[in-house]
Formats: sequence, structure tokens, C-alpha cells
Amino acid sequence: MPTFRFELGELPPEAEALRAEVREFLRRELGDAAPVRRAHSWGGFDREFSRKMGARGWIAMTWPKRYGGHERSALERYVVLEEMLAAGAPVSAHWIADRQSGPLLLRFGTEAQRQKFLPAIARGELSFAIGMSEPDSGSDLASLRTRAERVPGGYRVNGTKVWTSNAHLADYMIATFRTHHDPAKKHEGLTQFLVDTKLQGITMSPIIDLAGAHHFNMVVFEDAFVPEDMRVGEEGAGWKQVTTELAFERSGPERYLSTFALLLELIREVGKDPGERAAATVGRLVAHLTTLRQMSLSVALMLQAGENPNLEAAVVKDVGTTFEQEIPEVVHALLGVEPTIDSGSDLQQVLGFLMQRAPSFSLRGGTREILRGIIARGLGLR
Amino acid sequence: MNELRTILGDVVTRLFTDLATKEVVEAAEKGEWPDALWQAVEENGLTLPLVSEAKGGAGGTWGDAFVVTRAAGRHAVPLPIAETIVGSWLLSESGLDVPTGPLTVAPVQRDDRLRLARAGGGWRLSGTAARVPWGGAAGHVVVVTESEGRTMVALATRGAGVVTRDQNLAREPRDTLAFDAAPVVAAAPPGPRVPARAVWLYGALARSAQMAGGLDYLLRQASQYATERRQFGKPIGSFQVIQQNLAVLAGHTAAAGTAAAHAFRAADRGDPAFEIAVAKVRVGEAAGVGASIAHQVHGAIGFTYEHALQFVTRRLWSWRAEFGGEGDWAAELGRSVSERGADALWPHLTAR
Repeated sequence: MPTFRFELGELPPEAEALRAEVREFLRRELGDAAPVRRAHSWGGFDREFSRKMGARGWIAMTWPKRYGGHERSALERYVVLEEMLAAGAPVSAHWIADRQSGPLLLRFGTEAQRQKFLPAIARGELSFAIGMSEPDSGSDLASLRTRAERVPGGYRVNGTKVWTSNAHLADYMIATFRTHHDPAKKHEGLTQFLVDTKLQGITMSPIIDLAGAHHFNMVVFEDAFVPEDMRVGEEGAGWKQVTTELAFERSGPERYLSTFALLLELIREVGKDPGERAAATVGRLVAHLTTLRQMSLSVALMLQAGENPNLEAAVVKDVGTTFEQEIPEVVHALLGVEPTIDSGSDLQQVLGFLMQRAPSFSLRGGTREILRGIIARGLGLR
Repeated sequence: MNELRTILGDVVTRLFTDLATKEVVEAAEKGEWPDALWQAVEENGLTLPLVSEAKGGAGGTWGDAFVVTRAAGRHAVPLPIAETIVGSWLLSESGLDVPTGPLTVAPVQRDDRLRLARAGGGWRLSGTAARVPWGGAAGHVVVVTESEGRTMVALATRGAGVVTRDQNLAREPRDTLAFDAAPVVAAAPPGPRVPARAVWLYGALARSAQMAGGLDYLLRQASQYATERRQFGKPIGSFQVIQQNLAVLAGHTAAAGTAAAHAFRAADRGDPAFEIAVAKVRVGEAAGVGASIAHQVHGAIGFTYEHALQFVTRRLWSWRAEFGGEGDWAAELGRSVSERGADALWPHLTAR
């Protein structure tokens, strides 16, 4: 029976040295930012902050220098990421480009695409969105219908993408379109493209989330022309590329730190001398957190060693998002304070913000059910 | 994992697969001491990983001890291997000779106290320790206790005390040992790495590894069963609801193995109290969820004595409560975190 392997690893000294540098930077940059700001975690969009990180060399850390990267280890990158998330830094403007779009171009893009986009991403100047989901294609990603038809010099695109986070803020989108249709082979015929968000023929409209915020968009393509040189990889290679891309984002610290800000407020609230029940509540959460960090690090070390820990990454994301979602529930059960929008204490506001955000943790980047299906396959059940 | 440890893993797996059979476990539950199994374990040098080679041990690390204890849990081995590993470490850390044969440790309950008093040139031990694992089977008991305000480590023979037999849910011996000014074999102040509550702490560490091993078994066994058992014309593992539950079990199993490994690494570095608390909380929680899912997947057959599943699930239900349950350890952990304050949490976590 195939199974998984989690081995403890150790961060190298250079990664720990970097940690101190990152903390000092964050202390200066974030100062006394309100807890509810920090609770946005990787949702905070701030181009100025991203440019500062680029200047520090903290974007594109592992990429080759000839593309503006810094040729540092995946473990040094891991340290920067976890410090950013633990501090609640606004990293959203470069997050997708650094985590997914850039690595995708590095792997499958043309030399011209790499030259054009990667250095700008590394400087923190280019923001990317991901155009995958459609009105009728959520978990069933292979059923995508947005068409890209070949026309002289490129492709004519028609269709609709939804839930496209930050498309209204991003410069480009990596979108997956159908270039060939065969109902019997729906995983084939998908192709990825670099799409300029200002392109003629694109209409964007906001989709307001349950808390009243605008992150999602509906992006309608009507005879939008995408030039040939903006295709990423071969025609029809989209499915393989997409699944590779998704594997980049499963095991990182963003999969267990989304509600870390609330844990900190809980610890502040119960004080230095908590009662037995409060202490046990805090202790249990810290036990889960500590373990998840080791699991996530273990996957990072396997990635650094060139292994392919797909199953382990899926396990970390499933356990991690379950933990993230549990914190607001546990805080509610212990304290019973009312969650608020912008009144009341820091704790109440952080609770209110994260309680409303928590349902998305086990939806984004593949639902919990899809993820558990991947784990079940790893267990030999399917 | 280094190569030696991989070899060690292969050795224990082969040995337990061959010798810790269902028949042996069943006989042990009826009170029979599995002598052939013990001899094999001892001859293979698995009982004293932390004792120096000069003193008859393997001269290894807590990392090696983790491999042995986890495997013992995976195979529901009915022997005090964990207790012997911890007991022999307490002795050798404190400069005392380690006897051959099975050891146990006492007292194991938080509020039990034994007293050690000087008598002539030697020491005498008094008091009662309840629920001592394998108390009546182990040849010697290693005691960590106080004497005149100082912590002491002492070694007593089983014969020095009066044994009242009892057992846990898995029918492993959990005996009461009563000493009345009993002579001890040797006594010494503890080594620098042995705190006053070393039995409680390292007992919890050992149980975490055993439980992590038990969960390894549950995941493997339940996944296997789900591919073999057919209902509605197909293997039950092809139903999404079963797949989803087994994925949850996989997550808890992975977390348990990681938490336990982290605590053993901390033990090798010294000062492992934080990581041991984390492990006992996280693994104990996984044990409860894991046993529940494994039984649900197995249906009625897993509820029988006939099926081997229960050898592990009954151990998990006992072990999670021994040397402090999740609630005790979580509260201790929570108090230490609260005392350091919210701003210290992340720096503390990343420094471990």
C-alpha cells in the first residue's frame, strides 16, 4: 500500500539568519498595525509593500538570477513566507505571481515570456490573478468551456470566468481556456494563456463576498484577442500544467496561519494567568499549530530535495485548513463574545472578520472534498 | 532518516511481525509473560537504546528509541519496552548500572509519592505507587522520588515490594506496588537532564510514540480492509464517504507521527517539555478520532475480539489517558504560552 512520509527537517543556518532580518523589516513596516488589519493575512493588497519586498530580494527568491531571481533555497523562501504570514503583512499584490504564475512561466513559458515577465514580478511590480473557475466549472475543473479559437496571429476568446480574486487589481491573469473540444476527453484540449487584464473584449464586474468586500470578479471575454506569443506551453497541455501549478500551493504556511491573528488575540484575552479551561483551550491550539508547522516544513524540505510530495502536501492542506477554521469556533465556545465588524475590542473585530472569512479556507485552491479524494487515491482507494 | 535508523526500523518490523503474533498478544492478555518475544527483543539490543555500549546498551539516541517504541505500538507488542527504555535512560543518566531484563518506572500517577530514606550505608523505599505498567512482570522498578528535599533516582527489585495486580483496557498489567522500608539496589542524585518529574514527562513521550505507531496500524489496516470488503457490488473504499473518512484518519495519523517525532528530537536536544506536551495533546486527540474512524470502516467485524483491530484501539484508549491526558497537557502548555505572552508565541515556536 502506498503511503505518506513526513520526516522532520531542519532549517539551515542561513535561513534562520534571514529570519531575523525579515522580523526587523516587519517591525519597521507594520509598526503598530491594528490586529484586524493583520488578520487579512495574505489577503492584504499593497503594491508599495510588494515593491519593498522586491527591493529586499524577497520575491522570486528561488528563481535564476538571469530572470531577476535570487537563487536562494526554497527553505529561505519558506522562512520569509511564514514570517510575513505570522505578522499579517499585506503580501497579496505579489503572492500569486511569486507562488504560482512565475514558477509556471519558469517551467513552461517561452524564453521571451520569461524575460518579459519574471524580472518585473521579482521587483514586486507585476500582480497576477488566476482565471480558472467558471460558472459551470468549480471542482470539476476539466469541464471548462471558455473557448480560445485560433485566428491569424493568435486566439479569439469567448466565455466567462468567475471567483477571479483580485482580477480588478492585477496586471495579468493566467487563464485556462479550451482550445479543443472532445466530450469524451475533457481533460484534453485545455491551454493556458497570459492575459492582460486591460485587454479589449474583457468586461469585469465585482462579485461582493458575504462580508461586503470586493475580492472576487466575474470576467467576461467577448471576442477578446490574445496574441499567439501569450500562450503558455503547448496547446492542450493545460491540464497537466494546471495540476502542477496547484501542487505549488498546497502545503505552504498559508494553509495553517490564516487565523493566527485570532489565536494571538485569544492569548492576550485570557491573560498571564488563565483558568484551567482557558489554558487547555490555548494549549490545544498551540499543540496543533506546532505540529502543523513541522508537517509543512517537512514538505518544504522534500520539495527542496527535489522530491514530489503531492500526497503529503494535500494532507497538510486538509489538516491545516481544518485547524484554521476551528479557531473562530473554539474562541466562540470559550469566550462567547460577540463578533463585530468595526466596533468593540480588537478580539471581537478579528473574530468577526475571520469568522466570515473561514468558510473560504476549505474552498480556495480545491475544496476539502477534492483534496480528500486526492489523499484517498494516495491511500490506494481509487 | 539516516541509514542506521532505516536498518533499525527494518529489524524491529521484521522481529515484531514474526514474533508478536496475534496468539502471543492474546496469551499475554490472559496473563502469560511472552518470554520468547522478550528474549528476542533484548538479544537484538532494542531495549537499551540510550545506554552506552560500555554499559551494555546500544549507545544510541532518542531518535532510535522512537523507531523502536513506535514499532512496538504498531504491533501492539505486549511488553514493557517503552518502560525499559525510559527506565534504563534514567539509570544511566544518573550514573547507575542498568540490570538486564524488563524494567518499569514509578510512580506514574501525578499525585503518587514514594519516599526514599537513608538507612545505615544504604537507602530504604516506602510508599505506594498505583497503576505501575508491568509492575508485577518487570524484574526491577526505577523510581524517581524525593529524599530530604532532593530528587533521587533509585533502583528496586520487584521482590522488594508487594504487588497488587490490575490492568488497563488492553489488559496490559497496571499494578500497585507497595513498599515498606524496602531496601533498594542502588540510588543516586539524578543526572543533569533528569528533572524531578522525569517519569511523568518521558512516560508521556513514550506513550506518544506508541500511539503514533498504533495510528500507523489503524490507517494501514482500515485502508486495506476498505479495498477488500465488498458491499453493493463493489469495495466499500470506492464510496466517497469512506474515502473522505479515511483521508481524515490519514491527516490525524500524519500529525501524530510528526508530533511524536518532534518530541523525540527535542529529547535528544535536551529540555523537551514543550514538545512532549504538544505531542501528548496532538497524538492523544488523533488516537480518539482514529480509533473511531477505523472501527466505523470495519463495521461489526472490527467490534469482535476475533479481529486484531481491537488490540490497537483498546491500547490507544488506555495510553492516551496514561501519564496525563490531553486536557492535563493542554492546560500545562496553555499556561506556559500565556505566561510568555502572545507576542512571544511565534518566536518561541520558530526557535524549537
